[in-house]
Order: sequence, then structure tokens, then C-alpha cells
Amino acid sequence: MSIPNLTPIYLDNNATTRCAPEAVAAMLPYFTEQFGNPSSMHSFGAKVGHAVKAARGSLQKLLGAEYDSEIVYTAGGTEADNTAILSALKANPERREIIITMVEHHAVLHLCDQLEKDGYTIHKLKVDGIGRLDLDEYAKLLSDKVAVVSVMWANNETGTFFPVEQMAQMANAAGVLFHTDAVQAVGKIPLNLANSAIDMLSMSGHKLHGPKGIGALYLRRGARFRPLLRGGGQERGRRAGTENVPAIIGMGVAAELALEHMEQENTYVRALRDKLQAGILAAVPHAFVTGDARNRLPNTLNVAFEYVEGEAILMLLNKQGIAASSGSACTSGSLEPSHVMRAMGIPYTAAHGTIRFSLSRENTEAEIDRVIAVTPAIIAQLRKLSPYWGENGPVTDPEKAFAPTYA
Amino acid sequence: MWDYSETVKEHFYNPRNAGALPEANAIGEVGSISCGDALRLMLKVDPANETILDASFQTFGCGSAIASSSALTEIIKGKTLEQALDVSNQDIADFLGGLPPEKMHCSVMGREALQSAIANYRGEVWSDDHEEGALICKCFAVDAVMIEDTIRANNLCSVEQVTNYTKAGGGCSSCHEGIEEILAKVLAERGEDFKAAPPPEKKVPGKMTTLERIRKIEQVIEKARPNLQRDHGDIELVDVDGKTIYVAMKGACSGCQMEAATLGGVQAQMIEALGELVKLVPVKPTVKLAPNTLA
Repeated sequence: MSIPNLTPIYLDNNATTRCAPEAVAAMLPYFTEQFGNPSSMHSFGAKVGHAVKAARGSLQKLLGAEYDSEIVYTAGGTEADNTAILSALKANPERREIIITMVEHHAVLHLCDQLEKDGYTIHKLKVDGIGRLDLDEYAKLLSDKVAVVSVMWANNETGTFFPVEQMAQMANAAGVLFHTDAVQAVGKIPLNLANSAIDMLSMSGHKLHGPKGIGALYLRRGARFRPLLRGGGQERGRRAGTENVPAIIGMGVAAELALEHMEQENTYVRALRDKLQAGILAAVPHAFVTGDARNRLPNTLNVAFEYVEGEAILMLLNKQGIAASSGSACTSGSLEPSHVMRAMGIPYTAAHGTIRFSLSRENTEAEIDRVIAVTPAIIAQLRKLSPYWGENGPVTDPEKAFAPTYA
Repeated sequence: MWDYSETVKEHFYNPRNAGALPEANAIGEVGSISCGDALRLMLKVDPANETILDASFQTFGCGSAIASSSALTEIIKGKTLEQALDVSNQDIADFLGGLPPEKMHCSVMGREALQSAIANYRGEVWSDDHEEGALICKCFAVDAVMIEDTIRANNLCSVEQVTNYTKAGGGCSSCHEGIEEILAKVLAERGEDFKAAPPPEKKVPGKMTTLERIRKIEQVIEKARPNLQRDHGDIELVDVDGKTIYVAMKGACSGCQMEAATLGGVQAQMIEALGELVKLVPVKPTVKLAPNTLA
């Protein structure tokens, strides 16, 4: 093998993004001369307070919210998700049911697993083979026993969209609060929350080229709310704790940049993603796209490579300087392949070999060409080792030809 | 990314003995539920002296599963079946310069494939004697099934007991919530409620006679032994010199990557039992003198 060109190629932007240099530059003064506490009366605080308000305005624009006071800063998407769901339960103590989906992010899923142990009833909406919900099932579950519905806007593994605006209207009509975890969608698709029935929305700074450790909860004016953290009166008493000012400023700049590049995301990035998909599927047999290929984030491609395992693929990609992620059990140290793949009924031998490529506006066509060039050899190399693989393809009836004793 | 040793990476990037072995006369096929990994081990055994002439593997699995398979084939080639059966999963991990706790089951899968292949050669049917569950204690690589079975078998009712029997929870203690959950579940089955133990009392160090103190030290060592023996290791008291307690780590414990953690666990129990700060120092096992053959 020739020595590969090792300039790294980062295709794991659904995990995190590079903080935009403009955002970093804007943050720096807030670590040094602009150190004031925005709550303070003096001018040190006042200047910082104005900057925090300006950043709030940038988020308002990105989300298409009616008022800037509908934005509550949090320490990230996970805190926003937890705040939204726990607030709804606290505000509606007589309602003991929650509706989510089988494929939510762990920030929602694991919270609800815990709430189930505490006696709440959790309804998890099923998905079909390409990750779509059955809205009839959803409609039947909506009742005055439900405290909150929490459904992600776009799936982090496959990029598949859920019809959250429609689902919010249905919840609204039934008198149920609606929250969406939009961590993957914000900054990638145009949003107009002012014209939606969505009550609460979670977002995160570092998924859109902002800093880590900062996020926000959109809270529709008038939606009933109970804070998670109480203390000082920050965020109008809705999230106590001195503001993470530098991160807020950075996320504000990142939001402006995201709005500027929104079109590019849906043309340039989408074209690169489509090229990557076509290139890989043309060159690698027994590989398929998971999720709803016609209705997903423009930057996300999730491919299942049958009969090989994801972590092994990632290690070989990494050796070529390519960063991606996998739904295999091994990469997480958990027992099972991704809950998203299982919910879609992807067979184990394929689910373990799912690789997520998530792009950003910083990727180039040359990078995509390189990934397309090296991937087929990597898959072939691992298939050579696989007991499910014969000379030139899968062994006849792979599940029967190799049926190990499982422990 | 996992913190794999250079040897693991090397065996993953350049696996030895990969691929089918058409002349194989011993084949083992096993899988590990916990990773979805699966391995087919093929051996060519010389029927005359039961020596493994050649070995190869095919593996569906992660980097450490492939590396463990590769290591296993390297270790067993040239061995007799009897010698090969002595290869423990720790031997495979050691050969690779250690594996992360979450990945130890890859080495277990290697050992099971070997047992399965040898059973296949002898016309026997190999059945697995253990089941793997979710990893609870990451310090000592103990899974939920192991903890649950141990609680059941020994009627345990506290986290401390679980730690004493399985080592789980004896390190950083962040898995205590998980252990309490398993305890609560098993206790509920026997119709009892799980009650968190009161915080350990601060013991005022009482004066012990030298004899009492040595006996106490021996008790702690004896208590630790069954757990280590289960992993094919052992610990032996060698000497006590003031606050320094010399012990010998034996069998699989000797040179094990977890030796420091194991010693740390025993030392913590020793400090608690004696009510004073002591240090456990490993020394070479005592040399058993061969029967005097000199005339």
C-alpha cells in the first residue's frame, strides 16, 4: 500500500464540529477584559449584558422565534432536553405519561428510562424499516394523561426527519406540551418557530461550529414552565447560575454564520453527501443506506456494510486519516448495536457495520473523493477476515453457514 | 477511540493466520453476545501426538476481537491440545500487551473458541458455561450477570458484600448505583427490600497484639483468595514488617495488567480491617525447595 496522504478528513460533524474561527475570535475578549458579570450594576457588567442580549437575538433569528426572551441558555443540548421534560412533569403533576420515540437521543431516552423506574408511563413510538413514525399510533396515545411529547427533529445517526411541526399541532390540539430535541437540525435547515405549535426546542452550540458546554432551550412565551435549576435570577429566573458568557457569545456568532450558510448547507454540503453516497454504493457491494434517504439532513449519510464490524472499519479509516462514527456495539462499550438500527429492524450482521459520515460546510470535494477511493479496499480487507464472507461474496445462506454458539 | 496497545493495533492491522484452513480437523465457532462478535477457529491437529500443526481464524468483530483471534493462533501453534487448553484469556490479553476492561470479553471469546475447537476434534459438544451481561464495574471488568449470579448464590444484600465477592465496586465506586439496582432487583425477588448500608463507621484504631494483627492480616488475604482463584490467580502472605505487608501474586495474578488494581483493593480492605495505614508490596512468590536430591 502506498503511503496515504494523511491530511485528516473530518466527517463526524454530528458528533461535534470545529468551532468557527470567527466564533473563537469573538469569545476571546470575554475571557480577559470583558470579564464582568452581566447581572452586575456597574459598567463592567452592563457591556457584557448587552453582548449576551445580542447573542440571544442571533439565536432568535436562527430559530425564527417571535421573541428573544423565548431563548433560555443552558449548558448544552442534554440540559435543555432534561429541563424541558422535567419541567413539563413538574408543571402537570397529575399527568403521568410521556410520549417519545424508540430512536431518541440518549439525553431523552435514558432520562425517560429513569422516569419509568420512578413510576411514569413512557410510550415509545415505533419506527418502520427506514425510520418513519406511524402518526396513527401517535394520535391514539395523545390524551389528557400525557404531560409532554418529546420527539427529535432529525435523528443523529441517520439524519431522518420526523414531522415535528405536524406532531406539535396534534399535541397542541390535544392540550399536550410538545418538545423537540433539534440539536442536529438547528443550523442545518431553516426554522420558523414563530409559526409552529412547538412549545419547547433544544439546541446545542457545538453542533453548529460553536463552542462546547453551551446550548439553549427555546421556550414559547406562555408555555408553562418550571426551572430545573433555581438560584439567582439569571435567564429571567428560568435557569439560575452565572451565564457562561464567552460560550454564549461564541454560540451567537456561530448562529449568525449558520444562517449565512444555510443555503450552502442544502446545496453544497448536500451535493458532497450525495456524491459520497453514490461513490460508496457503486464501489462496495452489499452496502445500503439506513434511514429515510429521501427525507433526511443534508449532511448525514449512514451506510450499513454487511458482514463486517463498525469499529474495525473506523480503525482502518482512522489509519487513513478519516474520522467517522459507527452504530456498532463495540464503539460504545455497550451490549447491543445502536438502538436506532435495532428499532429499524436492521439485521445484526448489518447493524454492527453501520458507519455514519456527517459532513459540514468545511469539507471539500477532494476529501470526498479520497474517502470514496479508500473505502472499498477497507471493506474488502475486513470481509476477507469475516466468517460470513466467501471468495467473492457472502457465503451461501450466511446465517446458516456460520452459526456460532453465543455466550 | 479505545486505548489499544501497540501490539493490539499491530495484530489488527496485520492479522496473523487469517482466512480459511481447508485441511482443518478441529473447528470452533463461538460468538460473544456482548459485542455481536463471532469467531471461527480452525486447527490442523496431528492425530499421532495431538499437536496443533496449524491454526487460522475468521472473525466478524472489532479491532480487539480480530487482534485476540490473531494472538490466539500465534500462541497455540506448535502446542499439544493439553497445553493449549491451559491458555487462559488472560494469556491472550497479556500477549497483546493488555486489553481495555470493556474488551476483555474478546479474549474470553478466543479461549472459548479454542475449547470449542478441541471439543469438536474429540467429537464432543462444547457448551458455554457462562453468560455475559452489561459491563457494570469498569475498574475490574465485572458484568451484570456475574454480579446477579453472585448475589443469588451467596444471598448477598449490600454493595460491600458484592465488592468482597466479585471485586465489582471496589475501585472508583461510580458503579455503586448500578450494583444497588441489581441488589434491589434480586432482593425484591426474595421478597426483601434493599436498604442502603449506613456509612461505614469510623473505627478508632484499637491496640491489637502482634498475634491478633497477623491473624487479621491473614484473614483479609484468605478473604481475597477465592476471587483471585476464580481468575486463575492467587495471593500469598510472605512477611509483615511494621506497616509494610509483603505478598506474592501467583498464577494469572502475577504480572497481570490489573495487578496494581487488585493489590489496591486488598490493601484498602487491609487498612479497613486493621484500622491503620499499611502498604501492600508484591514480592516474588516464595520458592518451594525441591525435595533434597543430594545424597
